[in-house]
Amino acid sequence: MRVVVDFDLCESNAVCMGIAPEVFEVRDDDFLYVLQEEPDEGLRPKVEEAAARCPKQAIAIEG
Amino acid sequence: MAAADEGLGLTWERGVAAVGLDLARRTVALADGRQLPFDGLVIATGARARTLPGTDGLAGVHALRTLDDALAVRAAVEAGGRLVVVGAGFIGAEVAASCRSRGGDVAMVEPLPAPLARVLGAPMGQVVADLHRDHGVELHLGVGVERLEGDGHVERVVLADGQVLDAEVVVVGIGVIPNTEWLEGSGVELADGVVCDETTLVAPGVVACGDVARWPNRLYDEVMRVEHWEHALDMAAHAARRLLAQDRGEPGEAFAPVPFFWSDQYDRKIQLAGRVRPDDEVAVVAGSLDERRFCALYGRDGRVVGALTMNMPAKVIRYRRQIAEGLGWDDALAAAAGS
Repeated sequence: MRVVVDFDLCESNAVCMGIAPEVFEVRDDDFLYVLQEEPDEGLRPKVEEAAARCPKQAIAIEG
Repeated sequence: MAAADEGLGLTWERGVAAVGLDLARRTVALADGRQLPFDGLVIATGARARTLPGTDGLAGVHALRTLDDALAVRAAVEAGGRLVVVGAGFIGAEVAASCRSRGGDVAMVEPLPAPLARVLGAPMGQVVADLHRDHGVELHLGVGVERLEGDGHVERVVLADGQVLDAEVVVVGIGVIPNTEWLEGSGVELADGVVCDETTLVAPGVVACGDVARWPNRLYDEVMRVEHWEHALDMAAHAARRLLAQDRGEPGEAFAPVPFFWSDQYDRKIQLAGRVRPDDEVAVVAGSLDERRFCALYGRDGRVVGALTMNMPAKVIRYRRQIAEGLGWDDALAAAAGS
């Protein structure tokens, strides 16, 4: 599983960080950082939920 | 959207309204005369926009509920039409910001002393008022609308203090009415929404969620109804789990979220985690109001009950988690001062 964020779409709403803080972090500079681009399979449900609930639909999961 | 529900065994009944509920027979009556039997029922009939009395049939007056509403408002504003926004809640404030950003001539009328005052309180609402003023919105605060005038098409908005505002297009954002009429007489308790227990249960095998549902949130010791996007998703998932728990003979868990919303206005992102009241204590713990980049905490009875940010998204998410864990007011202020 590979997490891909479209940073042209991302508005740093930080919804993803609320759901999967292990993978997504919005820092004090207001930018989103992907902490793990290839997270463990165990995180898949959380990452999928984060992708589904992104208000800008900026998160894609490959694989 | 077809792919999303493929394989779930769902049968859509589109274009037909539910008009009644029989709890004893466990059926939902449909407008076409059919009775749908159920084992489990989710009440998610939402809410509809409140309208201004006496504006039926007056062209140029919109709620903002549909794509057609949005397109009509945009077309009118781009054609140079003067927009009057009635109500400075989320809908009103966002419409005003969007239309000003497109160069439109915009006035906004609100009976409360500040925009978003109902959800942010007056002092933080004032920050939003200044934001709109600086972007050139003509604000009329603390005054209601008396009536709309026009011959077939809206021409003027008359305020309660006698002022008259010219208008080619009007957007009315004055709140919503929960869609519960179909449940009258069903035995389901109604009180500005469908009343649930703290697990979202309305009656055995019946749950409610979203804008229509009112439930006691034990985290806040308050019976609330919440109209935000995130909330509709969270409560729907909880209500589904509640129904399934009953199938397994398990007790349901309490639904006790920290409500969360955001609103984009101009280049500002306004986010609130929590539930605040006008008399809560407010303290700015990061950034500054002058820069319009800040985080403010709301406190009540020694606890943090809300965190408001403007263009500080990381903070609001962290505080949302901490509020859920019972963050104390003094601890929060001390931690913020030390960071």
